[in-house]
Amino acid sequence: MAKKGDWVKIKQIVLEPHERAENIPEDTKKTPLTMWVKGILMEDAEIGQKAKIKTFTGRIVEGILVEENPRHIHDFGSPVPELIKAGMKAREILYGGEGNEQV
Amino acid sequence: MARKNEIMKKSLGIDYERFESGSIAFDYERMMRETGYSLEEIIKIQREANVGNTPLIELKNLTELARKVSPTGKAARIFIKDEACNPSGSFKERRASVSVYHAKKHGYKGVIAATSGNYGAAVASQAAMKGLKCIVVQEAYDSRGIGQPEILEKGRKCETFGAEVVQLTVGPELFYVNLMLLEETGYFNASLYTPFGIAGIETLGYEIANQVKERTGKFPDVVVVTHAGGGNLTGTARGLIKAGALDTKVYGVSVDLTGLHMASDTDFNRKSFTTGHTGFGIPFATWPDRADVPRNAARPLRYMDGYYLVKQGEVFYMTELLAQLEGLERGPAGNTSLAAAFSLAQQMENDQIIVVQETEYTGAGKNPTAQLTFAKQNGVQVLVGNPDEEVPGKNIILPEHPSMVKAREVKLDNLKKSYIRNCIQHFGMPNEEDIKFLAEDTKSSEDFVRRTIEELKNGGLV
Repeated sequence: MAKKGDWVKIKQIVLEPHERAENIPEDTKKTPLTMWVKGILMEDAEIGQKAKIKTFTGRIVEGILVEENPRHIHDFGSPVPELIKAGMKAREILYGGEGNEQV
Repeated sequence: MARKNEIMKKSLGIDYERFESGSIAFDYERMMRETGYSLEEIIKIQREANVGNTPLIELKNLTELARKVSPTGKAARIFIKDEACNPSGSFKERRASVSVYHAKKHGYKGVIAATSGNYGAAVASQAAMKGLKCIVVQEAYDSRGIGQPEILEKGRKCETFGAEVVQLTVGPELFYVNLMLLEETGYFNASLYTPFGIAGIETLGYEIANQVKERTGKFPDVVVVTHAGGGNLTGTARGLIKAGALDTKVYGVSVDLTGLHMASDTDFNRKSFTTGHTGFGIPFATWPDRADVPRNAARPLRYMDGYYLVKQGEVFYMTELLAQLEGLERGPAGNTSLAAAFSLAQQMENDQIIVVQETEYTGAGKNPTAQLTFAKQNGVQVLVGNPDEEVPGKNIILPEHPSMVKAREVKLDNLKKSYIRNCIQHFGMPNEEDIKFLAEDTKSSEDFVRRTIEELKNGGLV
């Protein structure tokens, strides 16, 4: 249960598949145009239920509650050895390899 | 949608009809003069908003590397303009600062921008500085709810500056949502393509010309610009001209994403670049007025001296080299023009100067490691080899050797012809005034325009 005053994320279907623009690729046309907005929850609500929020700009938006205190989950990913080695090799070309340490 | 023009007029305060001729031609310079600001005014606006005056850095080690691998042993000196030093970390703040200033001056309570890129963070940052409200509308997720780490990072940054971020799944109907929000809020439309936005970038070209001259005693020979919607190139070129650097060549560069459809739900997460690519670069060069304003102030063919493509793998590779050889962790999107410059420098003389016109901030989500990890998760192979063999959406090929980084030339005349064809298809056959306009708008001649029209007629294309 999310409480009134919590920072939450809601979701709303803007256009159902049959309402989508004519000139878009077929794969996209099969999917609904979906929107996510975050804000302060105005009344207590359960995940998956209808909820009303007040956004940063003060707009009141209704939708389905999808997340409480939504986290930013993007990160730096995994190391990419191919890139690391590319840099090492470029240094070697520029400075002449291990026997020629640049001072 | 019938209310579109009315909403646009209200949210911009520009009556574009004043500059129209009724056919293809319109008075571009008058539009820039009467609705924009003078260079002096913009310098003042930007100074007060902590924008611009970014450092110009000479990339001595990359220049040296270019000379080592160059077929002639020669390469031009490579400089980079460190636009990441702007408050929100990109050159886009130059555009945003003027739009937000204008909105505040005219009493708007807030601003709205439709963008998944650095522009959103720039508008949000400037709005925060001026106490205006801000909404950023992003195309952020595919239908599975999975988003590019780069776009998610930009959304985070907007939120940090107190902006409301409206995130959508893939599709051009984003502009419908944008329009509804403009109508609901009465906020200013901080479109990327207004005269204010373009005029804001003129200071970038102006600073480059003056900084290079101060440092080396002459204007740069070449300035390379990452090209997407055309504003970056248009504004920079206009600024160079205003500084008197009339002989400086301006080249556009895009990442080659040929074969991927920009509005496809499945292709959406199979590309590692969300801007600066051919999906924007070519359509916006050949039909600039596809933008969210009636007449786009960004008209790249008017100023472009050459157009080059680079591969995704080459841009990631140069991003790594910029970090490991120059100690600068930036990009990668802004490094599109760096990849081309590294190759183009090798076709120039040692005493010549090539300037990479921007950098952008990096970090979680934007870093090449984040993007390549995401690519792998979405079925795109990351390989080392010959970038010529890269197939967008299938693989990303990091060059095996620096000599394999290449700027691939696109025939500019073909883009110009395609633009002329689009104009005819929209407005009908050109009159004398239109022919003169098309010659200016394609940096060609009336003769070229006439010959193209004949060619198109003979080919049954118009």
